[in-house]
Amino acid sequence: MTVPTTHFVIFAALLFAIGAAGVLVRRSGISILLGIELMLNAANLALVAFGRQHGQLDAQVFVFFVMAVAAAEVAVGLALLVAIFRKQRSIDVDRLNVMRW
Amino acid sequence: MGTAVFYLVAVVGVVSALAAISHKNPVVNVLSLVVTLFCIAVSYALLGAEFLAAAQILVYAGAILVLFLFVVMLLGAPEEPPAGERRPFQRVAGLALAGIAAAGSIAVLAGIRAAAPAGAVRGTAEALGRLLVGPYLFAFEFISVLLLAALVGALMLVKRKH
Repeated sequence: MTVPTTHFVIFAALLFAIGAAGVLVRRSGISILLGIELMLNAANLALVAFGRQHGQLDAQVFVFFVMAVAAAEVAVGLALLVAIFRKQRSIDVDRLNVMRW
Repeated sequence: MGTAVFYLVAVVGVVSALAAISHKNPVVNVLSLVVTLFCIAVSYALLGAEFLAAAQILVYAGAILVLFLFVVMLLGAPEEPPAGERRPFQRVAGLALAGIAAAGSIAVLAGIRAAAPAGAVRGTAEALGRLLVGPYLFAFEFISVLLLAALVGALMLVKRKH
């Protein structure tokens, strides 16, 4: 009586779409990073589900690496946000237009 | 039993993910995402990935989202300004694209017919550890270099110039 793999990956696809909507719609830098985290986790869940389908443990090792890379990404991303906030007094990404020609 | 737990967790996870991206208060966003990540950890446990379920709670709820909360508090919990009419098109287009992505991926994934029933894997700490120091030893060591580089980079970014 196990849950079929399809249901796990559909759950993951829903979470990925919600995270993508967050990245596309929100304008606060923190919310965009949260959306990225949600998308990474959805990808991890799909990876573990497909790994179980094939009866292999390698997928779980990859998920472990993705978690480590996500931790590094968040540390650098939040440091960037703090630096931007010090310079602009705002983390609204619409106001980050210093590189616009 | 496991089936009922999964559907409960899936519903709670999707609802809290929606709250995490739609609420105006950043603290509520972060705490809703904690609930979603716990739901994903339960899914890992149901999939037989015991070590990953523990690591998910330790790394995400314990470290990453605490870091998010620190930054939200540090920046004074900046509320998003009311969605002015500067970008009326952006919100509609973003939601439409995400909806298309969700509908398309679900249509594709729901059509998959598994050729065989799911295998039984048990991702215990011992099994994953044997893989990590065996075939994946180089990647495992390289991850530590990456984390060190991220640590130094984050410190350099927030260091005040004198």
